[in-house]
Amino acid sequence: MSDITGERAMERRLPKFIRRIDPAVATAFGCILLLLVVGSIYSTSFLSVEYLLQQLKVAAFLGVIATGMMIVILLGQIDLSVPWSVAVGGMMACAAAAFGHVGEALAIPFGILCGMAIGLANGVGVAYLRIPSMIITLATNAVAQGLMVVYTGGFSPQDSATAAMRYIATGFLVPGVPNAVIIWALIGAAAVFALTRTTFGRSVYAIGNRERAAYLSGIDTRRVVLIAFVVSGGLSAFGGVLLAGYASKAAQSMGDTYLLPSIAAVVLGGTSILGGRGSYLGTVAGVILITLLQSILSVMQMPEAGRQIIYGVVIVAMLLLYGRQRRTE
Amino acid sequence: MKEWRFWLAEQRQTLMAIGIFAVMFAIYVTNHPAGFTANVVQTAANKSVLLAFVAMAQTLVVITAGIDLSVGMIFILTNCLASWLVVGGAGATTLGVIAVLGSGLACGILNGLIVIYGRLQPIVATIATGAAYFGIALLLRPYPGGSVNEGLADALTGKLFGVIPASLVALAAVVLVVWVPFSRSVLGRAAYASGSSEPAAYMSGMPIRRAKFLAYALAGLLASIGGLFLTFFTYTGEAAYASGNAYTLFSIAAVVLGGVSLFGGKGSVIGAIFGAFAFRTIGDLLFVFDFDPLWQPLFQGVVLLIAVSLGAFGLFRVRNRLEWFG
Amino acid sequence: MTSPETATAPPLLSMSGISKFYGGVRALEKAELTVMPGRIHAILGENGAGKSTLIKIMAGVVAPDQGRLLLDGREVSFASPADAAASGIACVFQELSLIPDLSVADNICISNPPRRFGLIDRQAQRVIAAEALARAGADDIHPRILVKDLPLSRRQMVEIAKALARKPRILILDEATSALTAGDVAKVFAVLKRFRSEGMALLYISHRMHEIAELADECTVFRNGRNVATYKAGTRSETEVVEMMIGREYKNVFPPKPAHVSRPQPPVLECRDLGWDDRLRNISLTVGEGEVVGLGGLDGQGQRDLLLALFGVLRGTTGEILIDGKPQTIASPARACHENIGMALIPEDRKTEGLMLPMTVRENLSFAALDRVARRGIIDRDKEEELIDGMVRLLGIKTAGLDIPVGALSGGNQQKVVIAKWLMRGPRLILLNDPTRGIDVGTKQELYALLRRLADQGAAILFYSTDYDELIGCCDRVLVLYDGSVINELAGDRLTERALIASALNVDQARMTEARI
Repeated sequence: MSDITGERAMERRLPKFIRRIDPAVATAFGCILLLLVVGSIYSTSFLSVEYLLQQLKVAAFLGVIATGMMIVILLGQIDLSVPWSVAVGGMMACAAAAFGHVGEALAIPFGILCGMAIGLANGVGVAYLRIPSMIITLATNAVAQGLMVVYTGGFSPQDSATAAMRYIATGFLVPGVPNAVIIWALIGAAAVFALTRTTFGRSVYAIGNRERAAYLSGIDTRRVVLIAFVVSGGLSAFGGVLLAGYASKAAQSMGDTYLLPSIAAVVLGGTSILGGRGSYLGTVAGVILITLLQSILSVMQMPEAGRQIIYGVVIVAMLLLYGRQRRTE
Repeated sequence: MKEWRFWLAEQRQTLMAIGIFAVMFAIYVTNHPAGFTANVVQTAANKSVLLAFVAMAQTLVVITAGIDLSVGMIFILTNCLASWLVVGGAGATTLGVIAVLGSGLACGILNGLIVIYGRLQPIVATIATGAAYFGIALLLRPYPGGSVNEGLADALTGKLFGVIPASLVALAAVVLVVWVPFSRSVLGRAAYASGSSEPAAYMSGMPIRRAKFLAYALAGLLASIGGLFLTFFTYTGEAAYASGNAYTLFSIAAVVLGGVSLFGGKGSVIGAIFGAFAFRTIGDLLFVFDFDPLWQPLFQGVVLLIAVSLGAFGLFRVRNRLEWFG
Repeated sequence: MTSPETATAPPLLSMSGISKFYGGVRALEKAELTVMPGRIHAILGENGAGKSTLIKIMAGVVAPDQGRLLLDGREVSFASPADAAASGIACVFQELSLIPDLSVADNICISNPPRRFGLIDRQAQRVIAAEALARAGADDIHPRILVKDLPLSRRQMVEIAKALARKPRILILDEATSALTAGDVAKVFAVLKRFRSEGMALLYISHRMHEIAELADECTVFRNGRNVATYKAGTRSETEVVEMMIGREYKNVFPPKPAHVSRPQPPVLECRDLGWDDRLRNISLTVGEGEVVGLGGLDGQGQRDLLLALFGVLRGTTGEILIDGKPQTIASPARACHENIGMALIPEDRKTEGLMLPMTVRENLSFAALDRVARRGIIDRDKEEELIDGMVRLLGIKTAGLDIPVGALSGGNQQKVVIAKWLMRGPRLILLNDPTRGIDVGTKQELYALLRRLADQGAAILFYSTDYDELIGCCDRVLVLYDGSVINELAGDRLTERALIASALNVDQARMTEARI
């Protein structure tokens, strides 16, 4: 008994990620290193601090969006409303900015709130009506798109981002470190805390593993699912706010290029697509991996076509490696 | 004596879809400035059959309780391919058509292999393969362009005997050649059975995996027929990402409107075809009532949302809450 | 009863030396069974005697670990249910194998539909189905109706018709009459007798003794995974049959029960006229402080549904549930474990309902009691650790650490984790759903001692077990369920294995007592 407790005390002193390194996370980090090496062969500036920070900044947008996606995937669900949640976030924040000082002050929260509303619709559909998440999120995505088309009249919106939006996306609070990276770090820290130290996080993992067992343990599983979707919608919209700040304005299709990468980042980071398993560290690795891959492909002047094919193949390959373990058990 | 009532019960969902479409279409033509003419019908038919083909593809997979989010991209890919291959004389055109259909089938087979034999979740697997198919489409047609055998195209998009839209005839032919044999084969029944209750299907010794695989493969083929017709209508190929996504989404809407259960085991391709027609007519209705076409995506989204929510009513009959969790 | 030709005919199917183990647990050991054509062979035995495993082996659902199956004198082995069906063995299972969204005709012809030009001929199919239904005595069912639109008793008839449509040589009926009305049972019996005269071999598993008496030619009694006796029907009395079924191996030692004491009123749990669908009927019971109440009866008589109903899982229950004498509406497990109810349910299947196997021992242990170790949703790790350490020590859970997946533990230790997880809430009313299934003897012993200790500390315990030995050893009182109702209550000297089995089979108690004198 005493040696077990002694061992455990020692275990607890070690950080969790050293104790249990997920092979998928290790693979993802290995791939990052590989990409850096390959990239440095193409261009020596690939390993420079400026370039890497620039990549982190680009990664931050995807990182924020992928955080929400990860929580939903941990539940064993999926959020396909990301494209228009992102666009709604960006466009609504910019729209609010047109309403004087009050509007400008409320731009960011308003954008996020709109995304949370989409998430709420998703959550009600999945948790209370038990519509498959894939279907209901596709439907809300279509409705959000319809609303935005009506709102903008089919043209790119003319409103531009507020100074605050531009600042959080492109400014530097700490010299040398882009604010977007700090924001991602804050959201990431909050996500890690929520997933590992709160009843909400435990419930998310438990539901992803066995919703039946979680329900029989007296957890209000429906509320947890609802909250997760609201969080996912809010984070997607916040990603949109950041993107709008980065580009100074919102665009109709700004979210389209984030659906597949956000799923890919989560899955490449070792989170099981069936839910219940995965660490935020893995998602960080997945986000950086995807961003570097995109960067290298553009350095290599790979056309969009090649990128799409590579995405598809990489995701299927990773899923075949990691994504089907549970069913064979 | 009461045979007609059973027939009615069997076809209820399909008849509902037909009814919804008939009402919508009647409102449309009576308010159309030109009225009910062969030309109006032809235009409407040509717009609708594209979605009808893709919805048919989706139906086959949905019956097995699966989903194929790559049908829209197969549709786009085969459109781009056809804009290269379906050209020249009769021989070359025939070979081209065969190659286009074959590549659609190959896409479906790949999906089936990955989902059934690779045991991956269909959602993510088909999103990923869809991305790859779109990439190939973009390789084929970085810019819109290409051409098609216009004689064939005009024949298949025109009118037979000056009245019947040829595209509808083609649709009916595909139903006869693909759907009727499928639905009445042992594998087709196994597809329904595995969608309805996989354990029961296993206990009854049905070929579950082969049936599901066939459903994915045929879905690829049907999507490519849609791609072929897109080429006949536009005379060009275009790797349009938004259009591919929209067709995937609309195919799900059409399937749901057509009374095919997303939980599998229920519904028919006929219902889905009329679901597709009805879905397409939403846009036409907005047009004749002088709505701003900008409202079209919103209306379509709301219809989809309502349609998928209707399926949730079975939930209130559940007596044991553990059944929520499958 | 049977003609001499068939009696001397060679056996259709003979099984010899059949053994089957699940994990380390024996389900069948060197079992023998001979099936003759033109006979109805009844199989009897209490829970866990090996009946179901035997049938599953015959139907190709599971493969035996050892032993031989001879069909017409040739050795066969079935890789799947389809294989067995092809050899002429059809099985009517308790859990229905019908496809809900297909029509009755589709279901009846599912394995070999009539075809024309390669396509299924629906017209011919309807004719076949109508014939099969008529043969089964269910011509009121239209072949075109969907199975899901039929009530349970009609579905069971379709299931029987489906088995008949295969024109099997061996027909296995596993509790096939459990959902049928009396009228249907009579029709089915007439049909079965007709098939017997046509030379079919029938295996009949039922818990209804009078059905067996009416129908069977031979009976084989199973006990502890072995066939202990085969006799000609009608040559043994019900009492003798019960005697053959008892005699389980006693391996367990139970903690002493306290002498009868008067329980404080009101009882912790009282339910009045509890009903649900047609699965639970007018169940009234009480469980007092410090009392261990058992639920007995053959498996599947409503015991599980009763526990789920109490725990707030079932919808549309009727009747009243009182906690400490006050009526309560319990609409969810979350409500059931709330402070002023304090209920806990140790579920049936620890792998899918009790635990999240890939998650760590720590996460599993504290999961049901998260609100005890968290403040405003944030987990206090030290408090969690403290509670967990206490539980690990209390139950003696053997684990290589708290941060390994709970799936890596042995079955017994997993079960301890499930129980510990609930004890962390300090429940006052503990429902257990067959908690010792598939765990080792040592752990069982610890659990028995634990249950008694919890009761002595004031918990009220409602304990369902398929193991009669356990019920007798652990419980102060045992309620026996039969077809969803409580048909007997046994306590004190009357709580014997003989009485339990007799009640479980609904054999007349008065006659039993007479026979013993």
